[in-house]
Amino acid sequence: MKAPNFAYLRATDLPGALAALDSYGTGARILAGGQSLMPALNFRLDVPEVLIDINGVAALTGIEIQGDVIRIGALTRHAELEASAVIAAEAPLLAAAVRHVAHPAIRNRGTIGGSLSLADPAAELPACMVALEAELVLASSAGSRTIGAAAFFRGLFETDRRPNEILVEVRVKRQTPNRRHGFAELSRRHGDFAVVGIACQADVADAKVAALRLVVFGSESFPRVASHAAAAAQGRVLSRALRDDIVAALLEDLDPSDNLQGGAATKRQWAQILAGRVVAQITAA
Amino acid sequence: MPSRACLRGGSRREPAIASARHPAFPAGSPVGEGVARPSALRLASGRGRYTDDQTLPRMVHLAFVRSPMAHARIRGIDIAAALAFPGVVRVVTGADIATVCKPMQVTLAHLPQHVSAEQWPIAIAEIAFQGEPVAAVVARSRREAEDAAELVAVDWEELPAVVDPIAALAAGSPMVHSSLGSNLAFSARFENGEVDRAFAAAAAVVEHRFDFGRVACVALESRAIIADYDPTERSLLVRQSHQSPHLMQTMFARHLGLAEHRVRVIAGDVGGAFGSKLHVYGDEIATAAIAVLLGRPVKFTADRLEAFQSDAQAREFLATGRLAADRDGRILAIDVDLVSGIGGYSIYPRSSLGDGLQAATFLGAAYDIAAFRSQLRVAYQNKVPSGALRGVGQPISCSIVEQLIDLAAGALDIDPAEMRRRNYLRQGQFPATSKGGLKMTELSLVPCLDRILELMDYRCLRQQQSELREAGIHRGIGFATFLEQTAPGAGLYGPGGLPITSQDSCIIRFEPSGTVRCEIGCSDQGQGTLTGIAQIVAATLGIPLDDVAVSAGDSAGAQGGGAWASRGLAISGEAAHAAARQLRRNLLTVAAAVLQGNLEDLDIRDRLIVDVADGRERLSLARVCEIAYYCQDLLPPEVTPELSATSHFTPRTDPYFIANGIQACHLEIDAETGWIKLLDHWIVDDCGHVINPLLVDDQLRGGIVQGLGAALFERCVYDEQGQQLTATMADYLVPMAAEMPDITIAHVLTPQPGTALGIKGVGEAGTIGATAAVWCAVNDALRPFGVRVGRQPFSPEVILTALGVIPTPPVVDPVNPNDEEGDMQ
Repeated sequence: MKAPNFAYLRATDLPGALAALDSYGTGARILAGGQSLMPALNFRLDVPEVLIDINGVAALTGIEIQGDVIRIGALTRHAELEASAVIAAEAPLLAAAVRHVAHPAIRNRGTIGGSLSLADPAAELPACMVALEAELVLASSAGSRTIGAAAFFRGLFETDRRPNEILVEVRVKRQTPNRRHGFAELSRRHGDFAVVGIACQADVADAKVAALRLVVFGSESFPRVASHAAAAAQGRVLSRALRDDIVAALLEDLDPSDNLQGGAATKRQWAQILAGRVVAQITAA
Repeated sequence: MPSRACLRGGSRREPAIASARHPAFPAGSPVGEGVARPSALRLASGRGRYTDDQTLPRMVHLAFVRSPMAHARIRGIDIAAALAFPGVVRVVTGADIATVCKPMQVTLAHLPQHVSAEQWPIAIAEIAFQGEPVAAVVARSRREAEDAAELVAVDWEELPAVVDPIAALAAGSPMVHSSLGSNLAFSARFENGEVDRAFAAAAAVVEHRFDFGRVACVALESRAIIADYDPTERSLLVRQSHQSPHLMQTMFARHLGLAEHRVRVIAGDVGGAFGSKLHVYGDEIATAAIAVLLGRPVKFTADRLEAFQSDAQAREFLATGRLAADRDGRILAIDVDLVSGIGGYSIYPRSSLGDGLQAATFLGAAYDIAAFRSQLRVAYQNKVPSGALRGVGQPISCSIVEQLIDLAAGALDIDPAEMRRRNYLRQGQFPATSKGGLKMTELSLVPCLDRILELMDYRCLRQQQSELREAGIHRGIGFATFLEQTAPGAGLYGPGGLPITSQDSCIIRFEPSGTVRCEIGCSDQGQGTLTGIAQIVAATLGIPLDDVAVSAGDSAGAQGGGAWASRGLAISGEAAHAAARQLRRNLLTVAAAVLQGNLEDLDIRDRLIVDVADGRERLSLARVCEIAYYCQDLLPPEVTPELSATSHFTPRTDPYFIANGIQACHLEIDAETGWIKLLDHWIVDDCGHVINPLLVDDQLRGGIVQGLGAALFERCVYDEQGQQLTATMADYLVPMAAEMPDITIAHVLTPQPGTALGIKGVGEAGTIGATAAVWCAVNDALRPFGVRVGRQPFSPEVILTALGVIPTPPVVDPVNPNDEEGDMQ
């Protein structure tokens, strides 16, 4: 399989990349890690006019602490997240989740900005961003704007990003003593996209749940915030009974789709089992 | 948790073969040594020469336009836009091909009831499966050819498709080929003994339904061919990733009307095949035909999507099996009904019947069964044609019988290992012919069982299993006694009138420096077979392994069958041994003349001519070769130095060599999610004498992984219109390293009688038994729940459905939507 012809532009700075984006509009694709884009080109599922390669844009790299948030540049490779001491200490959910992203060779190239912009429903990082209530910074030649992760992911491979925008960075709140996390996913083989996964953050004070953000991915068309499960947990003491109630309430939140790996009923079962396991992680933490 | 850990082979990591010196060779010879194959370094260094790596002057590239539908009529093809695309050299339709090429049609002289349709390399009027070629675009680059292929406009008339083999055989089904008048490609009934009486008298009768999903071969290197035609000589030179270059030489000559000696097919490095590169494909014949039309080199390399749409798939079976046993667990009878779907055409030229015939006749051959019946119906359907895949139908027959034995053992409360022991053919019953007609010279069933029980610490494992069940952990243990038909002789294809040789030749010669070149008629598709041949030659000639160069895969070289049916060392090894013996005699004749002695008094040891009696050095091997090539005047005139030899071998006293062994699988089921974790796998194999234990053990491991893949991950899924839903590596799940268990290997040695080397094949053993062992282990794990599974692969959803956790059957079940209607019987 060979991709059809396309033009290739290598941006050296952000204004240059944004200017190129302005001139090509919807015919342009941003090339970061290329781990999903290149197969799509070779399958001829996507036939862009131009690839704008942002790998040379240094301003988009790096992980650093800025006050009470962690700034993660859009070009940060999954492998960098995995190896980062800052991430391990300040966003342990991300550290736990990124190990489930495909295989090392893919993690060496794939980027956080690419994963979030693509919004594959089975990807781990979008769900984590929603659970972490991260803020995403989008730049265009007209300026930049910030949007919450939950508002950014709108549907199957659908985000709030406009054609003239590049996702430039992610801002995640730093870990606090009351914050706990849980992560679990089911995939047919190690490294496959998740059939169902759950990313979860919880604020726990005096053994009581102050806030639960449980996000289901893989089985849903976009990262699904489990609001019924959150409501069931609100203000209650972590216990076996609470776990059962969260699992029961989750059923109201789910809207899974059928695919080759399973029908909707199967996916509900998997999501409930995973939710129980994730809540157990939080309880044990 | 269990009170103690079982050994599970873990504390006894001795080499799989404890010093199995071959009696035909002196101590210190390379035979029996685990020699690393030199080709591994070359291939791992990126120096492989695969077909697609090669570029010829003036070469053009092909992209095929393939049918997007599973069944359709071609009303017209408009090639104008494609032809006008920059870089396009020509656009070829089926009608163009027909001007230089004959169509393909399977005929089997010994099975005239097998009906088949004519198949054009590029379809002319009608297509029978999604992916069938309908036009070919020739361009300067593959990219341009693909661009232009999108511009070929085909005026389709879509026809109703049928994908389910049982539906295909029902009255009123759409016809895959209206010319045949039926979708029934073949049917047969095999019966031996009083089956119904045995069932009526049995203490236990068990029955199980089996849905074996169709699987793909998935070679790492896809199919590739470069054809170069010289109109001045009417000669065709083909480089092709293929298992059988001699067959292809014959086929290109026949279909293109060329003289056979003007056609040469070279299969260089082949990156895996598993059976898929054994056949004659329309797109490959078309590539050669286009080279004839253009008079310049043409390359076609299938991409992965094309591989899923056109490589032979295999083993789609729906079966119902019954087994009758007496109170002591003795098997009285088996009765199996099989329906198989073989796709849109019977694959050329072998046919697609191998799967069904082997599945229906190999059933229960390891056991002493009084009465046997199997019924086979083979259906055309609008899917990719099926063909050979490692083990052919044997994983099917093995899985059915092993599963039925487990069910009977459960019904009679007999341990599954003990149930097998009570029913094995015994020493003293050999040579034996099974009720299905399989001829076995000598098997080692009981020694293999004894060895595996010891390896896996079986009693401990069963104890542990029951303790863990108390704790809610569900593990299963499954056995699979397997036979492996290897190295078939002329009886397999000769009676069908097919130009497929079972005989391999070896052409061998000394070079002037005393080193050896050897051409061999088997070929190597990644197994390392040629290293084994070099070991036999070096050991026979008394020279170091490094002094032997072996080549294969060139139809202008030593004649032979190529790589299939676990035949490499069992057949070519014998030919190489005989040729090397002759060459040794020829060399010693020259040496004896030089030394004015008798050749019987001389031997070759470590590059030296020595006295047999006392090992005294007389002359260097290199000096004898120098004289033979450069100084013939030193020899008496009646001695002509013949430092080359040729020999041939095919099994004659036995129709094939039956190897045997047993495998065991240990796994754990997560009853909440349905996920299966493989914990351990064991195999005890008897392939006779082992030339290279590294190669043998890697064949066993690789084969087991392939069998585990079929049981747990793989299935070619089609929707009701015949659209393949699993045509990428993201959707068709092959087994990967992280999910694979440690595999413990041991050997029992029963030399093949009637041969010099006592070798049986080994390439398919792992695959044949591994799938069956998983069937038994999964259903063993599920026993406390009182449920069982019958549908491959045992996906988490299949498990949850069986457990009743999921209220309805799987949503996506296009192959067998009406599972409970039961028109199988």
